Amino acid sequence: MTPIISVEKVSKQYRIGTQKAAYGTLRDSFTNAVISPFRRLRSPLVTRHSSLVTSEMIWALKDVSFEVKPGEVIGVIGRNGAGKSTLLKILSRITEPTSGAIDMYGRVGSLLEVGTGFHPELTGRENIALNGAILGMKRAEIQRKFDEIVAFAEVEQFIDTPVKRYSTGMYMRLAFAVAAHLEPEILLVDEVLAVGDPPFQKKCLGKMNEVAREGRTVLFVSHNMSAISKLCQTCVFLRRGSVAAWGETRSVISEYMAAADSITGYREWPDPESAPGDEFIRARSVAVVDSAGAPVQSLRQDSAFRVAIEYQVLKRMRNANVGFDLRDDSGVTVFRTLDADSPEWSGRGREPGLYKIECTIPDHFLNEGRYYLTLVAGIPFIKFSLNAEDVLVLDIEPPTSDEGPAGRLGVRRPGIIAPALEWQVHCSQQAGETRL
Amino acid sequence: MDRTETLPSPDIAVLDQRSDLRSSAHPVVRIRPSGKWSALNLRDIWAYRELIYFLTLRDVKLRYKQTLLGVTWIVLQPVLTMLVFTLLFGKLVGIPSDGIPYALFAYAGLLPWLFFSKAVTQGGNSLVGSANLITKVYFPRMVIPVAAVVACLVDFAVAFVILVGLMAYYKTAVTVNILMLPGLVLLTTMFALGVGMWLSALNVRYRDVGAVLPFLIQLWMFATPIIYPLSLAPPKWRSLVMLNPLTGIIEGYRAALFGSAFDWSALGLAAVFTMALLVYAAFAFRRMEKTFADIV
Repeated sequence: MTPIISVEKVSKQYRIGTQKAAYGTLRDSFTNAVISPFRRLRSPLVTRHSSLVTSEMIWALKDVSFEVKPGEVIGVIGRNGAGKSTLLKILSRITEPTSGAIDMYGRVGSLLEVGTGFHPELTGRENIALNGAILGMKRAEIQRKFDEIVAFAEVEQFIDTPVKRYSTGMYMRLAFAVAAHLEPEILLVDEVLAVGDPPFQKKCLGKMNEVAREGRTVLFVSHNMSAISKLCQTCVFLRRGSVAAWGETRSVISEYMAAADSITGYREWPDPESAPGDEFIRARSVAVVDSAGAPVQSLRQDSAFRVAIEYQVLKRMRNANVGFDLRDDSGVTVFRTLDADSPEWSGRGREPGLYKIECTIPDHFLNEGRYYLTLVAGIPFIKFSLNAEDVLVLDIEPPTSDEGPAGRLGVRRPGIIAPALEWQVHCSQQAGETRL
Repeated sequence: MDRTETLPSPDIAVLDQRSDLRSSAHPVVRIRPSGKWSALNLRDIWAYRELIYFLTLRDVKLRYKQTLLGVTWIVLQPVLTMLVFTLLFGKLVGIPSDGIPYALFAYAGLLPWLFFSKAVTQGGNSLVGSANLITKVYFPRMVIPVAAVVACLVDFAVAFVILVGLMAYYKTAVTVNILMLPGLVLLTTMFALGVGMWLSALNVRYRDVGAVLPFLIQLWMFATPIIYPLSLAPPKWRSLVMLNPLTGIIEGYRAALFGSAFDWSALGLAAVFTMALLVYAAFAFRRMEKTFADIV
């Protein structure tokens, strides 16, 4: 079948460096601006001009090629900075590629966020019209779907109220409702699903499923592996701007999970400037240590271990959660645990300083296999400060002995975890009775 | 894959708006890195004309929402300015006004001037103010400054009603010259669009534009015969004043309204200058457009 989207050797080069270099000021280039205001733009990516010599170039995308068949739902995965957003922006025509070619055989609708162009002062009705027009819908089309949109968003009573008086939930529902009624042949979706409460997310996923069932082509960029594996038949895995894998979703996800940058039980960020985090908090180190306190990368299923994290608080945080997520090799999050779980630190702020936290993972808990640790930190309900994905890789080996609790008896038990649980066994068999 | 080579225009183009639900034989959307100068793609802008309409509507609505006097502001601004000018320059300084009552003379000049200055200011800041749109969704970027300028045209129309009232009050005779008025409005709009569009694109890269703009507008007003008639300028300076296209335009408005003779050479010069500027601004805009999303 001929592809509906063909992406051929697409590359995008960005200039990184200071804001000054990116903006320029009239003081630097007033003469330039007067004599030939566009000389700098003529070759923005060539460092020939003196004012650009200092800035660095990076390839956000390099020779990305893949194809999408009509009706296919394709996922794009990759870690932060792998080029997912850049690819989506190029496909959506928000920015141009530096080189390469893309052909799309159908009307394209893109959803990089919901509620683009929503204005708080305008009413729900006015925002539907404006947002629809921004997304490329015709006026007649918007009018036709108006009632449906309002019903889907469940905001009938408030349709003539400025949206600034809406609750966050109503606002999100209305914003998504307009987007959901876009009917292009090709739909490009960013992680819109990452926002909103669980029922809303479920509604979004349901709508996406519906769109896919109608035979439309969907390109879906996400971090959410379970959503990806539910929705997408095929996947593209981007790694440092290039396609690392492209094919059937399950195999691509496992490649994605296996492709952690280095397999190690210890990670340190000596330079606080480049360490993951924000103005409040920076990660310093993270390690998996055995009962003797030595960093390890692999452990036996029947031995307990600890996860030790060091972090620096730079600015007082009124409330904080620091901890980690553990994911298995299919991308499923096994659990999240936070230092605020300790009764002593629950709901407490963090004064500036260096913190060392340790969490004990009991023996006979995780199953055999590979796990990935993601560091997370933030101020509850306010902001996510840190989300360092898959910084450590942890291999759980078969237990020392096949005997004992949760013994494998030669095979790995099914399941994500293999906890040793307590059992009560009662036998009501009559004494003396025997059966063969 | 050889079609990549054979198709010309290394540009992004919407070739077909309507097609079947599945793939069509020709790409609906082609994305290629574009060269130095690209085509204006007016067709693409036409396809998004409804967006211009909605953005204009938004701008007009927002300007007067949550204001006590609402639409009255559209009228108050030129009227109060006219009153101040009449007192200051008409009565105190005694600037001649070519035999027309000074209030009427000043208002007829202020009306197009206020439209122009507002359109250039709003247009010039429009792209930077729409960063959230530019980085999130595709549409021809030119739609944004166009909508900003068109929104000012609405104010212009409302303030025009006052002019009609003033002319009735002073019992000004309407002559056949009035037929030039639509042409003059079009010319003013195109000139404002040319300046506004060019500045808006420049403003994305050099934020200084936003800071310099109010100052520039202020100076420009004094260089334009609004509070004084062109006849007041010494003959040796007149050709210099004529280089300002607004001179021909504003004098043209007065000629159209009060039935005096048109200065065709000044008007012709303004028209030629406006067209040249508009074409240049549009191409320059298209050229700078490519990096908007990356630097805004």
